[in-house]
Amino acid sequence: MSRVLVGVKRVIDYAVKIRVKPDKSGVVTEGVKHSMNPFDEIAVEEAVKMKEKKLASEVIALSVGPPQSQETLRTALAMGVDRGIHIEISGKDYEMLQPIHISKMFAKIAQDEKCDLIVLGKQAIDDDSNQTAQMTAAVLDWPQAVFASAVEKTDGGLKVVREIDGGLETITTKLPAVVSADLRLNIPRYATLPNIMKAKKKPIKKLSAADVGVDIKPRIEVISVEDPPIRQAGSIVPDIDTLVSKLKEAGHVK
Amino acid sequence: MNRLITKLPIRSMMGAALKNQSRMMSGSVGIKPLLSLTEDELAMKETVAKFAQEQIKPLVAKMDEEHKMDEGLVRKLFENGFMGIEADPEYGGSGCNFLTMMIVVEELSKVDPAVAALVDIHSTLVVNLLNDLGTKAQKEKYLTKICTEHTASFALSEPSSGSDAFALKTAAKKDGNHYILNGTKMWISNSDLSGTFIIMANADPSKGYKGITAFIVERDMEGFTVGKKEKKLGICASGTCMLHLDNVRVPEENILGEFGKGYAYSASILNEGRIGIAAQMVGCAQGAFDATMPYLLERKQFGKEIYSFQGMQYQVAEVASEIEAARLMYYNAARMKENGMPFTKEAAMAKYIASEVAQKATVRCVDWMGGVGFTKDFPQEKFYRDCKIGAIYEGTSNMQLSTIAKLLRKEYES
Repeated sequence: MSRVLVGVKRVIDYAVKIRVKPDKSGVVTEGVKHSMNPFDEIAVEEAVKMKEKKLASEVIALSVGPPQSQETLRTALAMGVDRGIHIEISGKDYEMLQPIHISKMFAKIAQDEKCDLIVLGKQAIDDDSNQTAQMTAAVLDWPQAVFASAVEKTDGGLKVVREIDGGLETITTKLPAVVSADLRLNIPRYATLPNIMKAKKKPIKKLSAADVGVDIKPRIEVISVEDPPIRQAGSIVPDIDTLVSKLKEAGHVK
Repeated sequence: MNRLITKLPIRSMMGAALKNQSRMMSGSVGIKPLLSLTEDELAMKETVAKFAQEQIKPLVAKMDEEHKMDEGLVRKLFENGFMGIEADPEYGGSGCNFLTMMIVVEELSKVDPAVAALVDIHSTLVVNLLNDLGTKAQKEKYLTKICTEHTASFALSEPSSGSDAFALKTAAKKDGNHYILNGTKMWISNSDLSGTFIIMANADPSKGYKGITAFIVERDMEGFTVGKKEKKLGICASGTCMLHLDNVRVPEENILGEFGKGYAYSASILNEGRIGIAAQMVGCAQGAFDATMPYLLERKQFGKEIYSFQGMQYQVAEVASEIEAARLMYYNAARMKENGMPFTKEAAMAKYIASEVAQKATVRCVDWMGGVGFTKDFPQEKFYRDCKIGAIYEGTSNMQLSTIAKLLRKEYES
């Protein structure tokens, strides 16, 4: 049976209206509602389902972030994860973290905890990087099955249906492997009230970046964060000829 | 304290003095704001709010129109642990505190006061009674079932006794090791669905109300019939029926608590239940308000958003203030109960105020929506109808005022 490592990230709630800070250094996060990244909820659900089907012996959730990331871990525990690990990084250090750092942390924890399957959300809704799963697989030299919309256990490993631009692609992979969850993989369960109470008793191990031996020196520098330009109104044209001539005028068509 | 103040620079003296004063008086680093929640309570609140938006909201209009709770939804309420919130986990409950229960009721009510009524009445009146008074055998037989399988109902009122509850006529006559129950109960919520009932019957009329005893009755006991649903003005999806007891044989072991103490149990459980109704009313008002604000900011008349008219702003601010006040009252009553303090007056005040606030808030919301507020396409008219029951059930507003007046007399007489 597999031991599964799941990644959960605390992000600004999807329903919140994002506002850019007046000094253009980032977006407003103070006092703003945060929740578990929706794709991570799907990843947790998949891992918990595997445990219920007796395909996994244990599910561990890992979150990298400020002290409040513990709340995200508690939600994962309430969904059925067995225990949590919190690598605490805050403030400027946290703001400058990139998938390159996170992937190394996941690789280290997966090795330390002897996991043979890592399930992550395909991307976080705050940075939309879509890199962590791929980089983690590269660091570990494990196969990757990203944008998974269906995961099945086979004798040798996993059969994964991936959502790609052209349609659906089915691949098989041996274990250990890294999988990233796409939207249609499953519908995450609600944490039931009894499970929320039970989650309080599940352990969360606290670590620092130094404990996992990962250098968190920033690799990038944020120069400015701005709102996207306000969308201009379009215009309705009477026929195709006018449309073509307007496109030519604006230089979109030669 | 005086020593402290003279050491401070004059400019900041006032502010600092007040801060230090509260520090000295509370003996801790300041008492937290009254609406503060623990981590657990907050987690519950968010979970219920999410569930209500995603699972209940799409069904609200249909359930109201059909006067019927969606079966799938009721099952989900059980699956998500909403039906045994305060009960012992050993019997399928969640072992949460009282305020958590109240918060759940408010969050559900923001979306559908009828669903909130189902959960509140089931939980605060029956689950809690069984949890507090039940013998091990009774809990094993009934508590687990009502925390995980079917709803429960609390039957006190009768056609000829509402406010005058202890004038009830349903009788229980001893027959060997059974009691034979005869009578009629009225206005019994959840009874269209419930499998377990707590029925108040008088087993010794010679003792007057001190003969009233609580009996656990099962739906399929012979002679027990649930009448048809009342057609109501509001909370239509919450089933309210008459119960007919025709020589129902109830075993002695089904007496809940002590013989002849039914009146005391009713009074005490309704005391707590009162806070639940206050929570339901606050949720109803808040739900209507939340649904209305976006419209006020969007709808334009005379070239501007209707919210930009000062008259509108004054009315809106008034309603928002009243909802805040009502919420603080029920939170405080709940915390008093949790701390083992007497809370009868505060609970009565909370229910009374909250039901008045909800009535005003929902009327205003319909007003502010204008014509569309009068149609069933918008949620305000349902909240307007739903809130009326708040001033009536679990003790009418007049009864609350009587209770408060009685307690005030005691306070001032001594």
